[in-house]
Amino acid sequence: MSEQKLAINEYLKTDSDYLRGTIKEGLDSQVTGAFSDGDQQLIKFHGFYQQDDRDLRNERKAQKLEPLYSFMLRARVPGGVCTPEQWLGVDKIATELTSSNSIRLTTRQTFQYHGIPKRNLKTIIQGLDREALDSIAACGDVNRNVMCNPNPVESRLHAQAFEWAKKLSDHLLPHTQAYAEIWLDKEKLLTTEDEVEPVYGKTYLPRKFKMAVAVPPDNDVDVYTNDLGFIAVADNGELVGFNLVAGGGMGSTHGEVETFPRLADDFGFIKPEDTMKFAEAVMTVQRDWGNRVNRKRSRLKYTIVDHGFDAFKAEVEKRAGVKFEAPRDVTIGDRGDRYGWVKGVDEKWHLTLFIEGGRIIDYPGKPLQTGMRELAKIHKGDFRMTSNQNIIIAGVAESDKSQIEQIAANHGLLVDVSPSRGHSIACVALPTCPLAMAEAERYFPEFMDKVDALQARHGIAEQPIVVRMTGCPNGCARPFAAEIGLVGKAPGRYNLYLGANFEGTRLNKLYRENIQEAEILAELGALFEGYAGQRLTDETFGNYCVRSEVIKPVIDAARDFHG
Amino acid sequence: MSLKELSQFSALLSAPQLDQLTRLTADMSPLQLAWVSGYLAASASEPGQSQAQSGEQAQQLTVLYGSQTGNSRGVAEALAQRAAEAGWQVNLTSMGDLKPKQIKDESLLALVVSTHGEGEAPDDAIELHQFLASKRAPKLDGLKYSVLALGDSSYEFFCQTGKDFDERLANLGAEALLPRVDCDVDFEDAAEQWQVQLLEALAPHQQARTQTHTSAVAGGFSASDYSKQKPYSAELLVSQKITGRDSDKDIRHVEIDLGESGLNYQPGDALGVWFNNHDALVEELVSVLKLDGDAQVSIKDQTLSLQQALLEKRELTQLSPAQVQAWAELSGDAELQAIASDKDALRGFIHRHQLADLAKRWPVSVEPQQLVDLLRPITPRLYSIASSQAEVDEEVHLTVALVADEHYGDTRFGGASHFLAAAEEGQTVRVYVEPNKHFRLPDNPETPVVMIGPGTGVAPFRAFMQQREADGINGNAWLFFGNPHFEQDFLYQTEWQQYLKSGVLERLDVAFSRDQAHKVYVQHRIKEQGEALWQWLERGAHLYICGDAERMAKDVHQALLDVIADHGGKTREQAEAYLENLRADRRYQKDVY
Repeated sequence: MSEQKLAINEYLKTDSDYLRGTIKEGLDSQVTGAFSDGDQQLIKFHGFYQQDDRDLRNERKAQKLEPLYSFMLRARVPGGVCTPEQWLGVDKIATELTSSNSIRLTTRQTFQYHGIPKRNLKTIIQGLDREALDSIAACGDVNRNVMCNPNPVESRLHAQAFEWAKKLSDHLLPHTQAYAEIWLDKEKLLTTEDEVEPVYGKTYLPRKFKMAVAVPPDNDVDVYTNDLGFIAVADNGELVGFNLVAGGGMGSTHGEVETFPRLADDFGFIKPEDTMKFAEAVMTVQRDWGNRVNRKRSRLKYTIVDHGFDAFKAEVEKRAGVKFEAPRDVTIGDRGDRYGWVKGVDEKWHLTLFIEGGRIIDYPGKPLQTGMRELAKIHKGDFRMTSNQNIIIAGVAESDKSQIEQIAANHGLLVDVSPSRGHSIACVALPTCPLAMAEAERYFPEFMDKVDALQARHGIAEQPIVVRMTGCPNGCARPFAAEIGLVGKAPGRYNLYLGANFEGTRLNKLYRENIQEAEILAELGALFEGYAGQRLTDETFGNYCVRSEVIKPVIDAARDFHG
Repeated sequence: MSLKELSQFSALLSAPQLDQLTRLTADMSPLQLAWVSGYLAASASEPGQSQAQSGEQAQQLTVLYGSQTGNSRGVAEALAQRAAEAGWQVNLTSMGDLKPKQIKDESLLALVVSTHGEGEAPDDAIELHQFLASKRAPKLDGLKYSVLALGDSSYEFFCQTGKDFDERLANLGAEALLPRVDCDVDFEDAAEQWQVQLLEALAPHQQARTQTHTSAVAGGFSASDYSKQKPYSAELLVSQKITGRDSDKDIRHVEIDLGESGLNYQPGDALGVWFNNHDALVEELVSVLKLDGDAQVSIKDQTLSLQQALLEKRELTQLSPAQVQAWAELSGDAELQAIASDKDALRGFIHRHQLADLAKRWPVSVEPQQLVDLLRPITPRLYSIASSQAEVDEEVHLTVALVADEHYGDTRFGGASHFLAAAEEGQTVRVYVEPNKHFRLPDNPETPVVMIGPGTGVAPFRAFMQQREADGINGNAWLFFGNPHFEQDFLYQTEWQQYLKSGVLERLDVAFSRDQAHKVYVQHRIKEQGEALWQWLERGAHLYICGDAERMAKDVHQALLDVIADHGGKTREQAEAYLENLRADRRYQKDVY
């Protein structure tokens, strides 16, 4: 095994001097807007990806110009909570230093900037730093932004769960000073490997690692799609521990059956004080056992499949020094957000705004970005980004409610949303994402208009259906956990997946391959007709598809997803 | 003739002779070469004659020119040809090639010189211009001369360099054969008249003997080269926009096929491009002035329609002060008359207006013939060539910025740039090569080159790089480039990246003025890199500047002085002397416009 050639990223990490590489030199180069190939892998650990405007590739080639390179920078905002002051800083950066002039809320409760020229990266990172924000480990082979249910109603439980999300994020952050040196002009320190990365080591993890903390019955964080999930168990509104789940993940490759999406396995109940031990144990087993030869098979889900659940669990318990208890009973419910005003147990009000595609930008007649800025100027609570790419104005006093509502309404931030649209998400895709094979964010609103119309025609307009679209099978919008999943194959062509359940505890499965809009709508029309006529009481669309044998259920992803 | 060809005669010539001949001919234009060959042939065919001449002071007419864009040289060449046809032994030379002291050996001198910017002399005239005003200037009692000055009357110091030469020569005791002639932008007719008058004035000084050269010398000029007057009808291959879609500029990369023309050029040369005015502009003028495009007009001895005259024969996109004055008269408009009578206001005005603006804003009633007579003849535009034949063979490439300005809500285009930008593949473009021997790569391949070319000024450096790559020269090349935006205006970006990768280009420093809060230009980069630049200069680097004359070249000049003073430990005066020496040694060359 030791002779086997590792994936190229492994050598890059080894040789990078703890993620430094030649990023500094790359920043200084005036003749290109890009980084070297090797550095393009390393910069992800610093929170950003190199992209180029794919709409312009050929045009610019003829113009003897290099591709229009820019960077997508994703911040690390554990649990998606930020202050109005931070938001104003974030907003200013978007306006002054990015060409997309927008803030994009992500499916992992953070925000990202698109269209950053290389020369502005440092200014942006320093600007975030001034707002006590950073982008360390927002991407790369490390523990990514930790999600946490932003439940504003159960405010006490949320506060406890959020505390853990933040602790997990901070504890598992890479320790290298590369970020501080390169971006914040901190002096370089001479350190040894142990001092540098006590948990990760010099090659970090084999692949990205995603964590979420869920507060039932909400499952907005889609906890089973994460590498490691903590499902809060409460007693009388107090946190008593977590059900730990592990081995979920969406990414797969078209046509490669050895790759597949998977939902996490239930491992058992753990006490709050053991949280960090278990998190570190799961992560280090993955660090040591994970596949470093084939990056397509390197996520934790494959490690568990390849080594077996029992062996993996035993090793985790051994490293944690604690055994799992039997999972506690919890109810996993809705993955959507509660739009509009809700009142929390703390008597404060919370306003959830639907942000289509997560894109906060000033549209003609709909100045969303300006509206958010105006809200931030007067809001006294906090903002919470949701995993459905929406935002909550949280902690509003009764006396401030009408003013907040007025501002939101005046800027097009209060909109009526159909039940399905409110449960649906799309990734960024074209033109910036280098992986995209088809449109998603730019096309999805129009597609949802057609789905809404179809539901209305069949009299099922009030039934929320989770619809998700991505431009590729990498799975940023978690399409394989959607009741209707659409995954891009080519411009205008998608694979249609069906059979996941509404709550997100069962995967979907390929129903039709490589079809265009007309066929997609025809298929959905026929299915909606059947569903409208034959559904049982309270039966969701995903469950109907399985019961009526439109599609076989996926119980064991490794066996069933391609089976 | 190339070096390679010369070496075939090495058996006939001694090494020093061959060397001398090579040096003599290296920078000659095709016309000059043709003339020299005729001259030498004539000498050889008359044994004894040249001996006899060298024994006594032969009566020779020296035609000196100081030229920046080639116009003065063109006039000087035309005069040389006429003079040779009239039996003169003619020495045609650039002021830059004349050792200033030698001027005292001259007896008959015709001098053609242009003026640039705020009364400045062209680069090749600077040294002589200064020398004649210095204490070292000799008495020139025996010299008879005539000055033709070229200039642009929209500038304050119109024909100043010509005036200076006239005055300085007279002060030194020389005698003017004719009153000085000052020509405006439309110099052709006046220049021709001057030539005729000068030859008449010279006739009494001619010695019979030199007649013997006539036939051979005249024959030398008859080489059928394409020229400004006789351009080659080339095919346009490509006109590709090379600024990004969000750029404020429209800059084209133009490729032209020289086909079987036999036209040759060297890196540093310019291409003269004749153009037709745009149909839409002609239609607008005809309609605004309520004229009939089919009306017959005559230009010289040719009769043609007004439409055709405006399309092909008349300058429509550059106004002259005289035109504005005439228009003010015609219109009787007080506002326009006030502008026309204020020299400073007029100067600014003609740069912000075109004929069509006049016609629209100050409508006049004008007859077709009257209009045509009011306008200057269309003249070709010169573009620094952006390619080397070592790379592109029979093609010639240009970098053309489309001139497009808003005037009263209308977009007004530059004549030639609009023609080239709108030209379609396969269209005919009439071109000729305008050599620029004052912008040449060093003879020694080891000599470093520092190229400063913001905007379209980068064009000749693309030619330099192509040439150096073809010659297998690695490194020792440093380019400074600038433009407003990195993403939109980095002309030939991917090519420079390749040259950097292959090592043909050693360094590239860029200044994108609008990509940050404070504006950064090439002169700032030059100063930032002062220490390294000073080292390059001390290693013998040649400095080249190409681009905007008005501001950039001056700012860069100042930056270079700063670098030399700061890093060479020199006073301001010493730095100026250092740069002046570089210029005199042909190590500081400019192609600015």
